[in-house]
Amino acid sequence: MSVVIIDYGSGNLHSAAKAFERAAREAELDLSITVSSDPNMVAKADRIVLPGVGAFADCRRGLDSVPGMVEVLQRRVHEDKRPFFGICVGMQLMATRGLEHTTSYGLDWIHGDVKAIEPSDPSLKIPHMGWNTLELAKPHPLLDGIPTGPDGLHAYFVHSYALTPADPADVVATTDYGGPVTAIVGRDNLVGAQFHPEKSQALGLRLIANFLRWRP
Amino acid sequence: MLKVRLIPCLDVKDGRVVKGVQFVDLVDAGDPVEAAKAYDAAGADELCFLDITASHEARGILLDVVRRTAEACFMPLTVGGGVRTVEDIRNLLLAGADKVSINTAAVKNPDFVREASEKFGNQCIVVAIDAKKVSGEGEPTAWEIFTHGGRNATGIDAIAFAKQVAALGAGELLVTSMDRDGTKGGYDLALVRAIADAVSVPVIASGGVGNLDHLVDGVEKGHASAVLAASIFHFGTHTISEAKSYMAEKGLKMRLDEPAHSASNRAA
Repeated sequence: MSVVIIDYGSGNLHSAAKAFERAAREAELDLSITVSSDPNMVAKADRIVLPGVGAFADCRRGLDSVPGMVEVLQRRVHEDKRPFFGICVGMQLMATRGLEHTTSYGLDWIHGDVKAIEPSDPSLKIPHMGWNTLELAKPHPLLDGIPTGPDGLHAYFVHSYALTPADPADVVATTDYGGPVTAIVGRDNLVGAQFHPEKSQALGLRLIANFLRWRP
Repeated sequence: MLKVRLIPCLDVKDGRVVKGVQFVDLVDAGDPVEAAKAYDAAGADELCFLDITASHEARGILLDVVRRTAEACFMPLTVGGGVRTVEDIRNLLLAGADKVSINTAAVKNPDFVREASEKFGNQCIVVAIDAKKVSGEGEPTAWEIFTHGGRNATGIDAIAFAKQVAALGAGELLVTSMDRDGTKGGYDLALVRAIADAVSVPVIASGGVGNLDHLVDGVEKGHASAVLAASIFHFGTHTISEAKSYMAEKGLKMRLDEPAHSASNRAA
């Protein structure tokens, strides 16, 4: 089985690759993990990971700048139903639109907009930066064996914008930051995390292992 | 609920930890990667490397240290020291740093903060503010920005500078009191609070931690989102988990997860 982590110029993917390798090793899964900007690799991979850091529009531009990438993604995800995992801005790109600085368009897999976080408590700092717990909205195989709730494990967040799905059923988990903020979205063979699993120690490694085992 | 972050900081010179880390039986106490792995396994919330290498030629060594650390540690890593250009930032991020801390370059040219945050995103741009109290008895309290380890005065008001760089796109501010740094007398809480209350981005308190109460004070009295310390951890005075448990006992919201398995950490 093969996993591709898509490299489209959005930061360092080495540590993400290492986290996936370690999660696979600990889960005793025999698979190859490749970081690649080649749409042909994405076309062949069994599982697809789309990371992303920085601004929504920049990431969208980066993705568009790889000829054929968006088309291959659409085909593998929609027609071939391959398991897909978006991380941070990679998750936000699953939305219809991003409203960071300017309006730009996402992949429109999870209907909804990515908007600035507006905590009810104005003393809360932006970006939402650091370790926070998850509140489960609906059971999902990616959260198997991961304690959630106030006493659960923590995930590492760093973001100023968040995705609000138009259909609440697409929300798998939220986190509390002056009100609920979408932490994980999921539908069919698609899942996305606003936080960084590759920086989230125990929770992150378990989540990644669950993705590698997932049969949607 | 978002937790308070506890951040150990390692001074690195020519690829080696300056003050040896003495809290665990490390294979090589001077290797920053070994120290980083130990802090990762101990439950540190983030890690900070401050590069104090004098020569610019030695940057490659730091990049190698960052690369090896990022491969072995699944925690956020901030790297600062000698960051002068967009290219410096790009190199550190590509090596695996999650955030880059800018100091003198931001003081010399605040617009560099805008350029950097527009290019790489606010979330990875930290501005390190080194300040000293300059007001006398009976005067309104004022702090001034200093550079070069507290030797060079700039005439710039610390609070005004903090507001300026936050508006320009800094995602976080690392506030160090040059009066307190190395004293073990605690943070300059008035300085940290004045800045934390003036900006909407998170503030990390730094400089002067000598005991665990100082960490608590940094959050409760200094209004910091995160607290940074160096020597109390490196010299084994306290462990990370002792510090976090103590802060939790004092009512702060801390992350007390079991750290990811440390044995496989070594294998990684």
